[in-house]
This record gives sequence, structure tokens and C-alpha cells, in this order.
Amino acid sequence: MARPRRASLLARLPIVHQLRQSVGLQRGMLVAGLVITGVFLLTAALAPLIAPYGFAQLRDENGLFGAQQPPSAGHLLGTTVGGYDVLSRVIWGTQTAFLVIVVAVILSIFIGVFLGLISGYIGGWIDRVLVVVADAVFAFPTLLLAIVAAIVISGGQSSLWGGVAAAAVSITVVFIPQYFRVIRAETVRVKSEAFVESARVIGARAPRIMFRHVLRNSTRTLPLIFTLNASEAILTLAALGFLGFGIQPTSAAEWGYDLNKAIADVTSGIWWTPVFPGLAIVLVVLGITLIGESLNDLADPRLRARRRLAATPADAVAESAPASRDAMGEVL
Amino acid sequence: MTTTVETPPPVTPEASRRARRRASGSLGRYIFVRFLLIFPTVFILVTMVFVFMRLIGDPITAALGGRLGADELAERRHEAGYDRPLIVQYFEYIGQVFTGNFGTTLTDNQPVVDVLLRYGTATLELAIYALLVAFIVGIPLGMLAAAIRDRWGDAVLRVFAILCYATPVFFAGLVLKLIFSVWLGWLPVSGRAGVRTELSLGRQDGATGIYLIDAIRSGNPAYISDVLQHAVLPGITLGLLTAGIFLRLVRTNVIGTLSMPYVDAARSRGVREYRLVRRHAYKPALIPIVTVIGLQIALLLGGAVLTETTFEWQGLGFQLTHYLSARDFVAVQGIVALLAVIVALSNFVVDIIAALIDPRVRY
Repeated sequence: MARPRRASLLARLPIVHQLRQSVGLQRGMLVAGLVITGVFLLTAALAPLIAPYGFAQLRDENGLFGAQQPPSAGHLLGTTVGGYDVLSRVIWGTQTAFLVIVVAVILSIFIGVFLGLISGYIGGWIDRVLVVVADAVFAFPTLLLAIVAAIVISGGQSSLWGGVAAAAVSITVVFIPQYFRVIRAETVRVKSEAFVESARVIGARAPRIMFRHVLRNSTRTLPLIFTLNASEAILTLAALGFLGFGIQPTSAAEWGYDLNKAIADVTSGIWWTPVFPGLAIVLVVLGITLIGESLNDLADPRLRARRRLAATPADAVAESAPASRDAMGEVL
Repeated sequence: MTTTVETPPPVTPEASRRARRRASGSLGRYIFVRFLLIFPTVFILVTMVFVFMRLIGDPITAALGGRLGADELAERRHEAGYDRPLIVQYFEYIGQVFTGNFGTTLTDNQPVVDVLLRYGTATLELAIYALLVAFIVGIPLGMLAAAIRDRWGDAVLRVFAILCYATPVFFAGLVLKLIFSVWLGWLPVSGRAGVRTELSLGRQDGATGIYLIDAIRSGNPAYISDVLQHAVLPGITLGLLTAGIFLRLVRTNVIGTLSMPYVDAARSRGVREYRLVRRHAYKPALIPIVTVIGLQIALLLGGAVLTETTFEWQGLGFQLTHYLSARDFVAVQGIVALLAVIVALSNFVVDIIAALIDPRVRY
């Protein structure tokens, strides 16, 4: 007997699957998000090759760069008040942002998923205590918690890894409750399913049931939260840097720090120091959020409803695709 | 074709009264449970802040470490009680917090509660402006986006909403400042009011600290316009952050209600699209906004810290960054703990309002 045909492995990968599923406007947003994020990742990977200068470089063979120099051939985006090259710092900043996202999101996924699984599966007083704690942390301004955590971890200033770790851990503190809530809710739902009971009947032990049976069926919303958190991680890192709790300029390039130093520049009409690092933040967050938003729409049946109601899939495509794709071209 | 129609059980007055009593009973219980939940929330946050802050050592060494000799430092620590066991200090601190004593700042020796009273009104004023902007921008645009969904206008609005969220408040603030204050020169660069206005408003009897109210009471149009001019950019900066969230939320919810059967029924009766959105789909879609505002308060407070720093708006957030850079961690701990209380209380109020509007959220 032939097994039911499944789509190829490639087509079942998270993003690829959604890309095929999407149409029209949605696909436009998803593609735009993927392109921006791709550029961001490439820049981070190739920063040493692309950047004209080092992130902490103050002079070349012609002498000091000079402070607050307007954009010129030597410094395409000008120099900062501290005498750094703006373009180089914007490019190197992608590496810092990328590192923080990776460390923060991995840490919070591991801890949050683990706690959520335990809490949802075991239940009882552990569950109740963890839920109250998670809700308390969740309701609190994330930035304030991150500030407190950053002070503890780095005492305010730090090296590249110290700074990345501080930012990442402080963001993790804030994100754990989010993963915790989602995974817990899913675990509670899944653990009452028949297959979990059958596993218990044949004598599987709790850890095996939790990690093999429940966890694998509880992860459907993770990609969505992942994108939301990745963009929030960048914003929090930048905010920490802006308030002066980020990474020192000699250890790594960080956009929030550069923006902080640009506050005074704005008053004297110097635009190139704030605008470029700021735009970098906006673009990266925009790219990641566009992906997340599209995944969200594709996962939410309420937002998909209308397309299914159209007479045939072809009709729906014809109705929304070409016009909206043009529109996206105009917008982005 | 035969269909069986189930007759609903007759509703006796007695039964309906019982049902009503049950419903109101559950609301009372809901409020009670929500009220009790304030305590663990505040307790957990205060504990967390305490533990975090003490992991790095005692506040006196942190604040005055480089400036005093080792002997003097030890003496100051002893006076303040920071050389006792941590657990003793912890219980003392919890006791103080529950009696409303959040400590005294190290650097300028003021009770934290006074700092809050002096600067809290400024933050409150900023938050009110921001919420106004968020409502005015977010809700109509969200309805519009839902009404023209999947067309290019919708795409523009959605990208606008994402941009609102993707732009860090401080960057938005700097750009607005650059354009409208520095290049065009239309609006003041920073602060809550001009020096003269600030002085005379502060001298007024029974000044509320909310400058707009004080200015209106003074009856001097120059003051009113001065205060308003200073409020425009910070209000927009912080408001747009929330406006994007409102826009997305209203859009999603209106789309949800627009696909409800009763809307289809109305449409088949010939109700116009505009009226459908305006009168049928919009009201039920607003309920979730109320619940979301609860979470926005936390976001607004975080955003206020950044907005105030950008615009030198002398509020709590501005003070917080000031104390942070002075490494006065008693003040930081006190302000953060106090904000925890405020967040917990306002979430409580919002939850109650949501429960009053929508019976489904009650326990």
C-alpha cells in the first residue's frame, strides 16, 4: 500500500513551507522580510570584508579621522563625535546585534521551554508558583528589568563578550516568561491527548513522554515567537546602549551607544550620526517583524478565512496577487 | 425536509434571577482574586530587584567606591546596615516596602517616594499625551485597514504599523527633533516648558505638576501654548509606538468580526460596507483593546524612560537614568520597586474594566 504522499523535506521546512503557502500581499511581505533579514545576516557574516575601517579605529595613515566630519569620499557616512567612522560602525554593529539575538533567544528558548514543559506536565503547586512568577515578570516593563539585569551582570560597562552576555542575559530574563507561557499552554493541551495516555500505559517514563511525545507536539508557535523576540532583542539591546548600559565602543560597535552619543549632535543639526545607526535598527527589526507578521497571518485562520471563501484558489490568487505585489514594490 | 426545532426551556423569572445572581457573584469573586494577585506580583518583583541589586555588592561601595577611603567606606556601610546578613536586610526591606517606605537616595539624600511624587506627574502627563496620540492615530487607521484589507492602502497601513513598532522611540524622537526643532525651528528642542513658564507654574498655589492643567488654571495663553508646544514631539514619539500596536490589533479584530455570520446577515440585508464597519464590526472589536492597554502600561513606562531621556523631559524615567549614571542603586531599586506597584495596580484596574465590559473574561 502506498503511503500518503508527503511534501518533500525542503517544502516542509518552516519558512519554505509558509512561503509556498502564501499568496499575494502576504507573500510580498514575507519575501521583503526574508530579503532584509538575508542582507542583515550577510552583512554580519562579511563585516570584516565590507567595513572600510575597524569599529574602534580612530586614525589611518593620513592621521586622525576627526570628529563629526560630514559624509565625504573618505568617510561615506561621516564620522561620530568620538571620531569613529559611521559606516564602519553601522556595519560592525550587525555582528553585535546578531550575536545578542542568537545568545538571547537560544538561552530563553531552552530555559523557557524546559520550565513550561515541567510546569504544564507536572502541574500542582510548582505550576501555580511558576505561573504567578512568570506573569509578574511578564507584566513588568521589559526595559527596566533589562537595566537591572545589565547592572548586575556587567556593572554597567564591559568587553564585547561581557557586553553581549549582559545584554543577552538581561533580554533572556524578560523572554523566558513568554516561551514559558506558550509551551505550558500547549503542554496542558497536548498532555490530555490519547497518544500521551497510551505512552503512559505502555510504561514510558515521565521524562521520555515529556520530551518525546509532548514537546514535539507543542512547538508549532515557536517560530513566530522566535521572530518577535529576535526583533525585541535588538530593540532592547539598542535601548540599553542608548541609556549607557551597553557595550563600550572600543569592545564592539553597538547602534544604541552611537545613538546615545548623537543626542547632542542633533541639537547642532548634525544628522549623519543619529540617522544611519537608527536606520540600521529600523531595517533589521522591520525585516524580522515582516517575517513574523506573515507567519502569524498564515497561522491565524481568522485572517486566512476570506481567501478560502473565494470560489477557487486560482480566483483568490488572481484577485489579490498582481496588484498587491506592485503595491509592495512601491511601499518597500 | 424535516427539521427538529429544539424549544428552549421556558425562562422563569426565578431562573433568570438565579442566573443573574450567579453572574454578579462571579464578578465579585473575580475582582477579589485579581486583587489578591497584586500582592504576590509586587512581592516577586521587589524580591527579584532586591536579589539582583545585591548580587553586585552593597550600594554604598557602588556609589562612593572610588571617592572614599576603605575605613570610611566600611563605617558608612555599617551605619546603613549593609554589613548585616543579607536575609536580615531583605526582610527589613520587604517590611519597609509594605509600609510605603522605598528608601532614601544615596546621592542627594531624598526619600524615593518624594522623587516619585515630584517627577511622577511629568511621566503621567507624557503618558496621557501618548495614549491620546495612540487612540487618535491607531484606532481609525486600524478600522480603515480592515475595511480595505488586502488592497494597497492596507499594505501601506500595515507597513506603517510595523514601522511604528520597529523604530526605537529614541530614534524616532531624535529624527523628529532634528526635522521639526532644528531644521524647521517650529518646536522647542527639549524640556517640558520654557524656563519662565516653568518657574511661574511652579510658584502657583496648589500646582498639580501636570503642566497643562496648571497652565490652563493660570489663564495665561502664552503659558498654555508654550506647554503644548513642548508636549507635541514627546507625545507623538511615545504615542506612535503604541499607535502601531493599536492599529494592528484593531485591524485583526475588525477583520475577525467582519467575518461573523451576523455581519454577513447585515450585508445581505443591504447594509452599506461603511456602515458595516462603522456600526457592526467595530464595537465588538474594541473590547480586546481594553485588555491590551493593561500590557501597554508596562510598555509605555519603558518607552517613557527612553522618551524622557531623548527630550530631557524631567520625569521619573529621566530621574531613573540620572540615578543610574550616578550609580545610586538605592534610588534605582526604590524607583523600580515603586513602578512595580504602579504596574500591578494599573493592571488590576484594567482587568476589572475588561471584566465589566466582557463577561467572558471573568473566572
